[in-house]
Amino acid sequence: MSKSKQKGSGASKLPKRRLGQLQTPAKPSRRELSGAKTHRTRFSDQWQSYRSHHRQVAGESLRRLLKRPLATLMTTLVIAIAMVLPAGLYVGLNNVEAVSQGWDGAARLSVFLKFSVSDQDAQKLRQQLADRKDIASTEYISPSEALEEFRRRSGFGDVLDQLDSNPLPGVLVLSPTADNSSPEKIEALHDQLNALPQADLVKLDMEWLQRLNRITDISRRLTLALAAMLAAGVLLIVGNTIKLAIENRRDEILVVKLVGGTNAFVRRPFLYMGFWYGLFGGLLAWLLLASSLLWLSGPVKELAGLYNSSFSLLGLGVLDSLIMWASAAGLGLLGALLVVGRELRAIEPK
Amino acid sequence: MIQFEQVCKRYPGGHQALNNLSFHMPHGDMRFLTGHSGAGKSTLLKLIMVMERANSGQVLVDGRNVSKLPARHIPELRRKVGVVFQNHQLLFDRSVFDNVALPLVIAGYGHRDIGRRVRAALDKVGLLDKERQNPITLSGGEQQRVGIARAVVNKPKLLLADEPTGNLDPQLSAEIMHLFEQFNQVGVTVLIATHDLSLIARMPYKLLSLRQGQLVSAGGSHE
Repeated sequence: MSKSKQKGSGASKLPKRRLGQLQTPAKPSRRELSGAKTHRTRFSDQWQSYRSHHRQVAGESLRRLLKRPLATLMTTLVIAIAMVLPAGLYVGLNNVEAVSQGWDGAARLSVFLKFSVSDQDAQKLRQQLADRKDIASTEYISPSEALEEFRRRSGFGDVLDQLDSNPLPGVLVLSPTADNSSPEKIEALHDQLNALPQADLVKLDMEWLQRLNRITDISRRLTLALAAMLAAGVLLIVGNTIKLAIENRRDEILVVKLVGGTNAFVRRPFLYMGFWYGLFGGLLAWLLLASSLLWLSGPVKELAGLYNSSFSLLGLGVLDSLIMWASAAGLGLLGALLVVGRELRAIEPK
Repeated sequence: MIQFEQVCKRYPGGHQALNNLSFHMPHGDMRFLTGHSGAGKSTLLKLIMVMERANSGQVLVDGRNVSKLPARHIPELRRKVGVVFQNHQLLFDRSVFDNVALPLVIAGYGHRDIGRRVRAALDKVGLLDKERQNPITLSGGEQQRVGIARAVVNKPKLLLADEPTGNLDPQLSAEIMHLFEQFNQVGVTVLIATHDLSLIARMPYKLLSLRQGQLVSAGGSHE
């Protein structure tokens, strides 16, 4: 175009959102419109323009969503709720595991002594056992200490006062050394201790831990299954929303296809839309989860305090949060991808 | 530029829109496609744009057989062909500038190029001062000119128009036709479907007259 035609219509008159892209170093072509020659765009220009087009489309789909805040919020909320459930379970399981971590491998054997065994005999036995190579630590809890502890912890002190004698036996608490902690070795130790004349009953404090671990394993799998189902739900929600959006922009799609828009070009805004929905859903889910955890953390700390534990609730770490957002955005994108191809093929200019 | 060889087009349902049609239109030519409605004018244009495909025969556009063109190459073809529709096919959710810019955005032009070319095209059709307006605020004639600007902004070799003056009064119609003539004078091949015989009677261009899918006169020329 000639300079004279450009007069008064320079860059300053460009629509506002284009100003950001003015740095595009496209070499001005001197060809006249009247030249009627097809213009070949250079590859670097095309790449530049492709990228700026992506930026523009991403921004435009975002603006479209924000233009209808209520509808967008509804869809986002549905996605968020679908994501909060498995994410919440995941965090819960992490916490259960963190709690049981301190106990893991630390199998303890409680040797309940016969009532006939005196404190001195018990101490002697403790010394003997402590000398064994397969035992790492020993502790003797005398009947009176046990009673004191029970009184303190159970809150049944008044009931205990009614009793004539102490109903609790003395206990030797043993932990095996690390190399002797395998189930078979502990089993062997258990049998040996059971054979001691002073021992009334030997209890292995590990079974419940194993059970707990199995239960957490099962819960983990259930969480995964639930997550998979809800992910499918998210795909459907996003897919359906995108389908409606495509229907709403049917005219535009027809015109774009008529003037030579490729399928990729037509698809792009809807893919971005899916991406945004997913990302917003993920962020909202994260927010819901974080606030729930915050809300729970006080009471959990108090509960842990009652168990003399300094445990505090684990939240979502940085990595987990990033994974959550990325998978949410990915799900949105995938949901859009699943619908867009089929829907757009059906819209052809006739 | 456009060559039809024994083209037949039958729509599902049995309507024979084009029947063994052959003609050749060289580069730089300007012709009118006439005939009653239902004679196959729109079908002919749709075959060139690959909005429809021929049942038999060949359609060559710029030396390329488009009747068997794979779907992924269709956009490339459509970018080389400018089309003006009777109902304009403008988008009312954006400005005149953005409507005209659409083919350039699609083709991946740099931003500066787009600004210059859109303004050049709008200048050509006399709407440079309306670039920021929404096309819905424009008159019918102006809307049609926006449609023309969009069709030529990509500097196509071939310009098709389907009843471009269908809804316009004679004065505006003549102006629109004059615009097409100007494009033709700079080398664009122009094919205009119209049934407005009184309008084109005074113009010195060849006619392609269709009746029931067949050519009745190729060259009812006034030359």
